[in-house]
Amino acid sequence: MSRTKGLVEIDHFGLDYIAEGRATEAVADVSIAVRPGEFVSIVGPSGCGKSTLLNAVAGFRAPSRGRVRVDGETVRGPGADRGMVFQQYSLFPWKTVRQNVEFGLKMKGIGSAQRERMSRTLLALAGLIGFEDQYPDRLSGGMKQRVGIVRALATGPKVLLLDEPFGALDAQTRLIMQQILTNIWQRLRISVLFVTHDIDEAIFLSDRVYVMTARPGRVKAEFRIDLPRPRDPDSILSAKFLALRRELAGLIREESLVAMGGELAGGLGGLDVMLEEGSLADLL
Amino acid sequence: MDLPVPADQPQLSATAPAQPARRRDAQPRIHPRMRDGLRAWLLGGLTIAIFLGLWQAASATHLDFFLRFDNIPAPSKVALRALTVVGSAAFLNDVLTSCERVFLGFGIAASLAVPTGLLIGRYRVAHELLFPLTELLRPVPAIAWVPISIMIWPTDWQSIVFITFLGAYFPILLNTLLGTQRVDPVLVLAARSLGASEGAIFREVYLPGALPAIFTGLAVGMGVGWVSVIAAEMISGQSGVGYFTWEAYSLIQYPDIILGMVAIGLLGLVSSSAIRGFGRLVMPWLSAQ
Ligand SMILES: Nc1ncnc2c1ncn2[C@@H]1O[C@H](COP(=O)(O)OP(=O)(O)OP(=O)(O)O)[C@@H](O)[C@H]1O
Ligand SMILES: [Mg+2]
Repeated sequence: MSRTKGLVEIDHFGLDYIAEGRATEAVADVSIAVRPGEFVSIVGPSGCGKSTLLNAVAGFRAPSRGRVRVDGETVRGPGADRGMVFQQYSLFPWKTVRQNVEFGLKMKGIGSAQRERMSRTLLALAGLIGFEDQYPDRLSGGMKQRVGIVRALATGPKVLLLDEPFGALDAQTRLIMQQILTNIWQRLRISVLFVTHDIDEAIFLSDRVYVMTARPGRVKAEFRIDLPRPRDPDSILSAKFLALRRELAGLIREESLVAMGGELAGGLGGLDVMLEEGSLADLL
Repeated sequence: MDLPVPADQPQLSATAPAQPARRRDAQPRIHPRMRDGLRAWLLGGLTIAIFLGLWQAASATHLDFFLRFDNIPAPSKVALRALTVVGSAAFLNDVLTSCERVFLGFGIAASLAVPTGLLIGRYRVAHELLFPLTELLRPVPAIAWVPISIMIWPTDWQSIVFITFLGAYFPILLNTLLGTQRVDPVLVLAARSLGASEGAIFREVYLPGALPAIFTGLAVGMGVGWVSVIAAEMISGQSGVGYFTWEAYSLIQYPDIILGMVAIGLLGLVSSSAIRGFGRLVMPWLSAQ
């Protein structure tokens, strides 16, 4: 399989949810591209449609507007060419770590001997040797998500999609997970589309970061992160990192306020005025 | 002061095997787990002894104070009678007959109810087609079917198996259905994104996901199956433990009534623990916790 593939093109994508006969616009108009082998993150306030967008790339939902293509082909449904790691833990509780990881291979009809060889390589890459025969319930949160990542990678996808995979983990575990993910990504050279709330995480991991607006989601800004690689945890203290972080944080705070203002529904007219001046965001 | 830890209570559901809590203690002479076990045995045995003692006394004195014990055989009499009855070919035959009916009725119920439950839980069309009929028939207890069953089926044996089947069918169906509906949707999405076909999702996600509930259903179904077979045998049978028990009453062979009851209780106990054991075997991820 060619490693040069994995081009994701999201073109004027929009999606409406229909609930109780009423359509809610979750994503308005988003155009995002992930080049082969690139690590791209999406950050944005809660409810802006990040999961919606990722689910559309995974093929779980068809777009209401626009289109999603992977290597030039329109996404028509879920498939093993796009690996997905979910916001919540999603390991099969009745399968051991090894069986979870081998699931996609089994679905491809690969024999058990070859499956085992492939899964062992990946498990080693994620530091999971020694846990192959454990059931997920026995694993820590960090391990569960590592297994989830490895499971998504086992079928050799061109694109890895991750939806806030480390959101439920503590700060220390998160840092370790980021390094493991970076390692894996650099070894496998696949495209990654990564959703997160965490600005530091987005900057630390990515080649580019998209900031989304509050719902209905649009692209508010795009940042190129040209920090040198390999990046070590100390790099988040560099001046360049801090400058990027400040800029991103400002944008996201603005959007979070809009999101919250929307939820508080009126009675806060002053909020909008101050926002237009851009001063409240700086104040907070 | 620490409270006694209840040891090995009967477990009602196959889904939640209760783990006897360990107790840390400073007394090194006897292993605490063993001491708790011994204590539980002693206390439990004490209550049983008191129960049997009161019963023995009531029967021996022909107690007649609102409750009438003059026709109730004392435990000692029952025990004596057991020596002759339990090994007899006739009694054994009755036990085997009931077992055969239960396992056949239960087996047919399980092999129909589990797939049906999975289908109704998974597919809306199946739900819309089958669920109303199910809800219509479900409230009618299996025993109420006895007259109809006798008329429909050519033989007694078939009608009793049918009653047992009815008793076991609905609990298994309903639990399977609930278990299927409660499968975490994200697991289905995960399977689909890993390239699983519809059939594979059924096999690899819905079935194992529903298994704990299925086994709860099987345990309940087995219990109801026994209730149904005994009742059906009492009403219409010519053999079986239910028939044996009722016959003992008609023939004024009162100790046999108690023997029949004990046999029914033991048979139910053995079959439900067999189901639980089988459940642990096919769901190793639950006991690994
Ligand atoms: N199945 C659904 N039906 C109706 N509305 C939905 C559905 N799923 C999501 N939404 C709505 O669509 C919007 C976008 O949801 P989405 O989950 O994509 O946001 P998100 O950016 O991932 O949020 P978070 O950061 O909290 O995970 C939200 O307002 C949400 O309430
Ligand atoms: Mg989300």
